[in-house]
Amino acid sequence: MSDLWIHPSLIFLIGAVLLPLVPQAARKGWLLLVPILAFARIVTMSSGTFGEIHFTKDIALTFGRVDRLSQVFGYIMGLMAIIGTLYGLHVKRAAEHIAAWAYVAGSIGALYAGDFITLFLFWELMAIASTFLIWFRKSERSGAAGYRYLLVHMAGGVALLAGIMLTYRATGSLAFNALDVLNPTAGTWLITIGFMLNAAVPPLHAWLPDAYGEATFNGSVFMCAFTTKTAVYALLRGVPGFQILIPLGVIMALYGVVYAVLENDSRRLLAYHVISQVGYMVAGVGLAKLDTDFGRLAFNGVCAHAFAHILYKGLLFMGCGTVLHQTGESKFTELGGLYKKMPVTFILTLIGGLSISAFPLFSGFVSKSMIVQAGFDSHMLWVGFLLMLASAGTFLHTGLKVPYFIFFGKNNCKPATWEKAKDPVWNMTVAMSIAAFLCIFIGSYTPYLYSKLPLQDVVYNPYNTNHVMETLQILLFTALGFFLMLKKLTPEAKISLDLDIIWRKGGPAFLWLAKKPIQAVDTFVGEIYNAGGLIPLMRTSRLVGIFDSAVIDGIVDGFATGFRNFGARLRGAQRGALQQNLTAAFGLSALLLLAYLFIF
Amino acid sequence: MSLVRFIDFLRDRLGLVIKVSIGLLALLVVADIARVVLSHGHEAAAAVGPDLASAPSEVEAAHGFWAHLYHIAETIPVFWSVFGFIACAIIVYVSKWYGHLKVGRTEIMAKEDFYNE
Repeated sequence: MSDLWIHPSLIFLIGAVLLPLVPQAARKGWLLLVPILAFARIVTMSSGTFGEIHFTKDIALTFGRVDRLSQVFGYIMGLMAIIGTLYGLHVKRAAEHIAAWAYVAGSIGALYAGDFITLFLFWELMAIASTFLIWFRKSERSGAAGYRYLLVHMAGGVALLAGIMLTYRATGSLAFNALDVLNPTAGTWLITIGFMLNAAVPPLHAWLPDAYGEATFNGSVFMCAFTTKTAVYALLRGVPGFQILIPLGVIMALYGVVYAVLENDSRRLLAYHVISQVGYMVAGVGLAKLDTDFGRLAFNGVCAHAFAHILYKGLLFMGCGTVLHQTGESKFTELGGLYKKMPVTFILTLIGGLSISAFPLFSGFVSKSMIVQAGFDSHMLWVGFLLMLASAGTFLHTGLKVPYFIFFGKNNCKPATWEKAKDPVWNMTVAMSIAAFLCIFIGSYTPYLYSKLPLQDVVYNPYNTNHVMETLQILLFTALGFFLMLKKLTPEAKISLDLDIIWRKGGPAFLWLAKKPIQAVDTFVGEIYNAGGLIPLMRTSRLVGIFDSAVIDGIVDGFATGFRNFGARLRGAQRGALQQNLTAAFGLSALLLLAYLFIF
Repeated sequence: MSLVRFIDFLRDRLGLVIKVSIGLLALLVVADIARVVLSHGHEAAAAVGPDLASAPSEVEAAHGFWAHLYHIAETIPVFWSVFGFIACAIIVYVSKWYGHLKVGRTEIMAKEDFYNE
């Protein structure tokens, strides 16, 4: 390709770099212009392969593979970048916008990547940039949460990279196409694990609620849209029809629901419902065998559901983010009765809740049902029924619990919270309104979404009597159950332990393990030193001592100091847990290294 | 604001709102019975969507819990109402049971300062 081909990510990156140079008066205009330009670029791109760079003689990087699959994801992510930036338009600190745009650039870059190396580069950009969206909340808790988030994603990146290398060795190709899922190699597994970590598939999911509950009010809006859905895209591109993903997806869908019952923090609840909703998509990827009718329906269904999900989840995070932004509270036990103070936020959040619950005329209704239908059509009836069960849970929490306990219910607001609560500045309201409009538009006018889906020969009509009746019955009788069991559902001021306990409490455990044997050896050496007293032994000991103090200590201290300074600079807030985290990370790296060696 | 006034208007008449809601649920049940009865002439009421009208024969021949459930869903009216209600109860009770499971010295639902000890 000799023509100049402009990558949409490049627009975001250039926009981000120039942002600090834009005078304050023109800042808001620039913030709107850049994502709109990028979106326009995405919409006008023609299909084909562009931006090929020969990295070495036999390795070519492909930055622009534009086809129907990457375009449907590119479209919605470009759109969400506009909405998300508009939502945070009044945020003064340029760095927050830069981080968000770099994150979007990473995500969009991964979508259009035609080879694994390019994919990996953008994948890591995404992880690093999004970490800042957590750190910018500037609290001690978010500092630690961001740190954990980064470590987990680095571990996932290592798995992905190892998988890429193994696949390259085995096949000699780095092209990012569908892998052979019927005969998966170690490389296929590792790549899938890397993708699954970003898609928050249990047991690799605990980073998600941890991070999304602690990020800034608008950081979570970006995060809920991009990381998991880029991973869904990567799974759909790389391992469609991988059977193991069907049970994992169903488990995900139900797992998120269970934790949502227990959760007291509104944004953590939404995060658990991201896991639940992405579960439908992961199960859909598992069903997506392209040589079957149900597989093709599932393939389209995954794209449609990701599209709808980005908008309604963004809307819900914006709604709860607005409550957090205005009142400083996100816990149900500190909120309640706010409809009087924030009626517009309430209505818009409710629209998000009805959309995720798949009410007829709302977006979830036309997208989620494609995957459920594919489950029934595949004759794996349990998939269909269990996903239906999860649907009831979705409405129970996101459609009922979130709006009820924030805007109605018992008023738990402190006087200061109540005083501060009011509908937000115009740009936040407009951003939420756009998302709300699109949620209803997608649900009411299906060709808007369906014409963008990759497989145009798949016919699906969600608006038939049976589907509408069945959905209404499930939803309305779930609502009945909600009001009858309201007492049981009242949130408690507790936190729910999840698998992140392994790395949050595992650090000290690993330290203990490391300390005990080392101490034992130390004592043993001391014994010999005392008891022996022989000159050669003394000499040896002295040499060992010198080696120990000069070399080992130097290296270890150097590393430790380096990391500590690095951490301090990045996090602002320093905490004792850093060493524990590092220990856990080193432990994890060692395990991965062992796993890697074992595979060879 | 008028929106707030409207919500307050409804809240002041909570009893009536509840009665109307129950009426709507009853209407839904009646409508579903009508739907299943009317479509009984046509093979496979296909409560789970149109594509199943082309009745996958393996499903009908299949046995076991899920196939049985599927058969009920196809033939018995208001199946999905019962499903929705039971699903709701299962989710709430299973989750609460899970939340009170013991993990070491604490339960899954731990004190908020659990990680700050």
